[in-house]
Amino acid sequence: MTTKLFGEPVQRREDPRLLTGRGRYLDDLGPDALAAAFVRSPHAHALIRDIDVSDALDVDGLVAIYTWEDLPDRLAEPLPLLIPHPALTHGRTAHPLARERVRHVGEPVVMVVARDRYLAEDACALIRVDYEVLKPVVGVEEAAQGARLVHDDVPGNVGAHLVQEAPAADGRDARELIEDAPHTLAFRLDVERSASMPLEGRGVYARWDADDSSLRVYSSTQTSTSVRMAVAAKLGLPLPKVEVIAPDVGGGFGVKIVHPWPEEVLVPWAAMLLGREVKWAEDRREHFISSAHERAQVQFVRVGFDDDGRLLGLEVTILHDHGAYTPYGIIVPIITSTQLPGPYKLGAYRVEFSSVYTNTVQVTPYRGAGRPQAVFCMERTMDRIAAHLGLDRTAVRAANFIQPDEFPYDQGLTFQDGRPLIYDSGDYPESLRMLKELIGWDAFPAEKERAAAEGRRIGIGVGCYVEGTGVGPYEGGHVQITSDGRVHVSTGLTSQGQGHETVFAQIAATELGVPLERVSVVTGDTRRFGYAVGTFASRAAVMSGNAIALACRKVREKALRIAADALEADPRDLEITDGMVHVAGSPGAAIPLATVAVLSNPLRYAFDAEAARATQFAGASSPDRPPVDEGEEPGLEGRDYYSPIRSTFASGMHAAIVETDPLTAEIRILRYAVVHDCGNLVNPMIVEGQIHGGVAQGVGGALYERMVYDGHGQLLNASFMDFLMPYATEVPKVETAHLQTPSPLNPLGIKGAGEAGVIPVSAVIASAVEDAEGIPITRMPLSPSELFDLRRAAS
Amino acid sequence: MKPPPFDYHRPSSLGEALDVLAGTGEDGKVLAGGQSLIPLLNMRLAAPAHLVDINRLTDLAAVEEEPGGLRVGALARHSRVERSARAAEVQPLLGQALRLVAHPVIRNRGTVVGSLVHADPAAELPAVLALLGGSVRLARRGGTRDVPAAGFFTGPLESAAGPGELAVSAFFPALAPRSGTAFHEVARRHGDYALAGVAALVGLDDDLRVSVARVACVSVGPVPLVADVVGACGHRPPASADWAGAARAVQDRIEPETDIHATADYRRHLTGVLAERALRDAAREALHA
Ligand SMILES: Cc1cc2nc3c(=O)[nH]c(=O)nc-3n(C[C@H](O)[C@H](O)[C@H](O)COP(=O)(O)OP(=O)(O)OC[C@H]3O[C@@H](n4cnc5c(N)ncnc54)[C@H](O)[C@@H]3O)c2cc1C
Repeated sequence: MTTKLFGEPVQRREDPRLLTGRGRYLDDLGPDALAAAFVRSPHAHALIRDIDVSDALDVDGLVAIYTWEDLPDRLAEPLPLLIPHPALTHGRTAHPLARERVRHVGEPVVMVVARDRYLAEDACALIRVDYEVLKPVVGVEEAAQGARLVHDDVPGNVGAHLVQEAPAADGRDARELIEDAPHTLAFRLDVERSASMPLEGRGVYARWDADDSSLRVYSSTQTSTSVRMAVAAKLGLPLPKVEVIAPDVGGGFGVKIVHPWPEEVLVPWAAMLLGREVKWAEDRREHFISSAHERAQVQFVRVGFDDDGRLLGLEVTILHDHGAYTPYGIIVPIITSTQLPGPYKLGAYRVEFSSVYTNTVQVTPYRGAGRPQAVFCMERTMDRIAAHLGLDRTAVRAANFIQPDEFPYDQGLTFQDGRPLIYDSGDYPESLRMLKELIGWDAFPAEKERAAAEGRRIGIGVGCYVEGTGVGPYEGGHVQITSDGRVHVSTGLTSQGQGHETVFAQIAATELGVPLERVSVVTGDTRRFGYAVGTFASRAAVMSGNAIALACRKVREKALRIAADALEADPRDLEITDGMVHVAGSPGAAIPLATVAVLSNPLRYAFDAEAARATQFAGASSPDRPPVDEGEEPGLEGRDYYSPIRSTFASGMHAAIVETDPLTAEIRILRYAVVHDCGNLVNPMIVEGQIHGGVAQGVGGALYERMVYDGHGQLLNASFMDFLMPYATEVPKVETAHLQTPSPLNPLGIKGAGEAGVIPVSAVIASAVEDAEGIPITRMPLSPSELFDLRRAAS
Repeated sequence: MKPPPFDYHRPSSLGEALDVLAGTGEDGKVLAGGQSLIPLLNMRLAAPAHLVDINRLTDLAAVEEEPGGLRVGALARHSRVERSARAAEVQPLLGQALRLVAHPVIRNRGTVVGSLVHADPAAELPAVLALLGGSVRLARRGGTRDVPAAGFFTGPLESAAGPGELAVSAFFPALAPRSGTAFHEVARRHGDYALAGVAALVGLDDDLRVSVARVACVSVGPVPLVADVVGACGHRPPASADWAGAARAVQDRIEPETDIHATADYRRHLTGVLAERALRDAAREALHA
């Protein structure tokens, strides 16, 4: 590595384009495409008696109306259950258009295609669906009672039930150890629903080429390769005849990893059927009621511990609300139950969850994916223990930390990828030391006293987490150096604004020894790379980053081999600097990579000066060997995959100082500090940006966001007016420090960073408010009105 | 989220606008800044057959001092009034309120008069007009009438402006000598509609005792609620006036409701806290006036 770009805070290369309005998002494409719009269920639970479209037929510009009855073959079947699990005994998915019954407000019932979206919505408004309204199941506790059913064939509404036990070293289980513990506590915690809420909703735009019998689909997705496979399968098309491209995507945060969405198969189908381009761009109300939510859980905790606050046994029982369907399986509660232990040695652990159906929007992963709930549970438990014993909250945490010399550390559980939950690296005591210094933990009591003397209430809080990142099975990278010296990098996973164009280019430039400007990166385009998993689980840098590095190493090796021939040198003596291959220590003997690229191809038409020049290097090819020798390929390119044996575990600790208004009960975050360990940093500025965004979403979950369903299953706040995403004015400045414990599991030593910021925020804010108010905080989010009620109840 | 079909009219004179409005009657809706109307249309909560866009009637953009107060034309944007030095001198409460209205981009388009006609009980400007006892001038083909604030706000999102009428301006009385104003509110996020908010006006007599003490509350009833609390706080110098008692009197008058953002109890409590803060601040201003 001679051009050191890895680790530098390089400015994001995508920003000039995105910030000056030159991004190309889904709805910027296909201005002349027909528009699709959907009639969606206004009821949370109902039977469809009849659909009368006759009035809509008069709308000028109407092209087509489709109901479930119109769907052919595989399209008429329920959508796939992407991630089955033995514990998910009653997985259920929706049909692309409702068949006979709707199970949540917003479920698509009729698709309308018209000349433009206005007309399509006019037609939708004229379609009369006759419903027999049924009483819905709303709320996780009502669902668990099982008095009414969301799916007639799912008794008790229980989709999945899973118990995991990690007994203590001596074989004793959690229940036993809790019984025998010197101290025990039992309590309940509640976390509300929230959602990914990308500023760009979902969207699909499809073009059918009848002459070529091929389909091109643009989707605002987190996985174009899998959408491609789904579309090909559902529409019965040969895979090579389907291309899927993720254009610029205005945020995903998890909701766009689900696939195929009904619209992702219906829109291409309509485009084929009509022989016209068709587009659907989700609007905000649709996004609220028809995509996915997350977070809602009720947790029952029992914990046993000793006089120092050391955990002896922990038992957590979780009620998880997965909404009306389970297309994404039970990943969220599995992650909650397995990431709950955090940086701690639990003694013995028992976790049990029931994942239940309700007549609400389905629940699929949202940034953090079950971890914010897990960390809320574990960290509230730590604070409870500290309060019970009268100990400093950080001392209790420190007493339970896994120590740096204990890695790899096996938590004795099975993780989301079905593999053992073994932490690879970290340094939790150092992380806590750094955090306490950054926030001024030890000086805070004096600060608090001074504030109290002025009639102000302030409090400090802390939260720790461990995050499994970079789950497999694989990602790939392709790297090609062309005869103009340019380096073309592609990987199959998609980008939603994370800065992949920059980070992947940094990795390639470092590996190949070329200037950053020469490297271009393409993601999420199946025309360039066909095999990929997708962008989720904080995996892009770990998976594609390493795959691209490995592909670059292949290309580098080949380049050195060819250059060595041309320079009559030993490849081991060669280096690449600034795009020139040269003999180490003798700068005169050099050959540009561009020339090497020409030499790599025996077909040397002199299309450009580089090719013409290359002929001087080209030795006479041996008459005894074919021009492309056995085992060789023309061209200077390479492809490789990275497939880890298991996830790598990033970690972090956050602290906050909050102020609560003694009169109005408003809660203000005065300071927010983050210590973050994602192993080797490819680009610290981008990691910090990821953390800032995560913290902002965490603040939303802690103080503002909830999905308010009434008893009829109506979402009462399905707009940005009433669903309170924090603005810049509500998000504190985030102070960050990085700890770097490289992962031993991958060549670059990196761990994921994408989701980190959001994970502990609710726990941290709860901890801080509790410190300021002296009232136990057991549910999130917390509004001023609720704090006011808590104060009254406490006094 | 696309509006249902409508006919679009863009008159270039007031007379033409009134003609169109007279012709469309019940089916016509005025489009001013569009910051409230366009969302209602997009969500198909309103479906007027005719939209009458008044944005070409630039004569209505004036903000002018008149004897006894300030007249704000129908096309005067929030931001214009907020930044007007004249407006700040004549009636500082306007600027104090406008800073709390939404965000700068919305204030750049939304109009003061539009906000009054829209009559959202959570909005600041109706409370200002009600507190000051201002009025709205309504024009129709062949006539004009001034409707005092007390009769203008008739219910949530309902005002006295009838079919065929255009609100051409609003009149905000000037701040009297030895008087002060303040506006305090609590919103969930910066720029949101308030959970509770209180505008206060305090006037002092020649002996610098409180002679006027009035508040207007937002988000605690169907229309802005005006309460005269001069009796409750006592005819005393501001330093010894019973502002807490005045705040309690306000709390007794309001009828807040519970919604998804706050309970009625919390709103009542907040209104009390904010009323006391606003009254004290207004009294301080009055002393310095
Ligand atoms: C995100 C957001 C946040 C907001 N927050 C606040 C807030 O905190 N406080 C607040 O007070 N407001 C808030 N608003 C509303 C904003 O102040 C609007 O500008 C105002 O309510 C309406 O003014 P407008 O000119 O946009 O009216 P329009 O939207 O054009 O019209 C609103 C209504 O008034 C009628 N109308 C308008 N002008 C006239 C006229 N001259 N004659 C007769 N009828 C007329 C229209 O027909 C329509 O029914 C917010 C708006 C948004 C989008």
